[in-house]
Amino acid sequence: MKAPGLLAVTRATLAKDLRLEWRSKDAINSMLFFSLLVVVIFSFAFDPTAEVSRKIAGGLVWVAMLFATIMALNQTWARELRNNVMDAYRVSPAPPNAMFLAKTIGSFIFVTILELLMTPLFVMFYNLRSIGPVWQLVVIALLATWALVVNGTFFAVISIHTRSREIMLPLILFPISIPAILAMVSATTLVLTGEYSPLFWMQLLAVYDVVFTTVCLVLFEIVLNAE
Amino acid sequence: MKLKLILFALVTLGLLSYGLYMALVVAPTEATMGDVQRIFYYHVPSAWTAFLCFLINALASIWYLVKRTERSDAIAVSSAEVGVVFCTIVLLTGPIWARPVWGIWWTWDARLTSTLVLWLIYVAYLMLRRFSASGRAPVIAAALAVFGFFDVPFVYLSIRIFRTQHPQPVIAGGEGSGLDPTMAKAFLWNMIAFTVYGLLVMWLRYRLELAERSVEEAHAEKSMQEGA
Repeated sequence: MKAPGLLAVTRATLAKDLRLEWRSKDAINSMLFFSLLVVVIFSFAFDPTAEVSRKIAGGLVWVAMLFATIMALNQTWARELRNNVMDAYRVSPAPPNAMFLAKTIGSFIFVTILELLMTPLFVMFYNLRSIGPVWQLVVIALLATWALVVNGTFFAVISIHTRSREIMLPLILFPISIPAILAMVSATTLVLTGEYSPLFWMQLLAVYDVVFTTVCLVLFEIVLNAE
Repeated sequence: MKLKLILFALVTLGLLSYGLYMALVVAPTEATMGDVQRIFYYHVPSAWTAFLCFLINALASIWYLVKRTERSDAIAVSSAEVGVVFCTIVLLTGPIWARPVWGIWWTWDARLTSTLVLWLIYVAYLMLRRFSASGRAPVIAAALAVFGFFDVPFVYLSIRIFRTQHPQPVIAGGEGSGLDPTMAKAFLWNMIAFTVYGLLVMWLRYRLELAERSVEEAHAEKSMQEGA
């Protein structure tokens, strides 16, 4: 029997995840409500006026997204644990990276949708108006989301096999993601304030994405089969 | 094995004592900072030893992923633990020095921040090991170590750029420039002493790890025999 190709399995797994999410809307609802709460609580904590908020918004947006992403990531693999899907996957001839890619792309889509929904709220609640070009924000958001999601998906599969699994994910993801978080926050703030060019940070994020996507793809099979 | 260990420990003790003597007695008191500068003879060697440990950990982890030998994993655990201890010493002695000299305990300067981030990564590594089932721990910890290894250049680069764009008012005295010859000598001896000390502790921890594992194995075997 010929083993199914990487693309075919990725597409099938992704379609399954999207369909499940479309019917239950578990991940997106909890992420959306959670980041809404973060937006409200931050506004009490920092009392943002238009000038101040432009300087701190980069940080606020990404901290909210970071926590929301953690929620989504914790759910991605939990579903597969229940019916021993991981074990079935291990013995199947399907390429292991297909599953990883499907989960990563799935989370990427969820977080991107969340960002699309949250952006108007941020603009409204914090009176934001970007001084720099908005298209740069879009590029930064895409690069930053991938940076969070690719490592996050990888670490989520690590952390579901630990005790206290939900807590473990941020504990290992945040330290490794510090350069990416620094880059996304700085780049966003630079565009919003229009002071400098965010180009360096965008390049850093792009290189970070490429390097860690490669590391994830190389190591995923090893981690999936760890026992 | 035992004799070698005792000799090794004695040499380390000698080196550390000589280093202490050099740092506290022989080296001249620094003109502006005074005696508090002497912490530098421990701070920098500890930092070097911590980085050496982390490098050993990264190499041992990669080696483990390729070859899957029990020993490389034991090296990885011991180097990570010893590295975290030395890195903690660096992060504690730094503020003790900085408070009288800079007037502040901490600044988010590039070098301080990257050391802190490195410490965070390795604490995460140790926590991951502690929280995962023993059969799986070596592989996933090694994977995390590889991530940490690739993360270091990003950490360093991003934090340096971040800080140069928002310059800090502090940072005085680059120690490397124009060091008094006696100071340099004391510094060098302490570098050697701390490296040897770090290696000694790592070796002890490594032996302990191997011993622990064989005890565990024996227990498992015994309970299997009893069960059968």
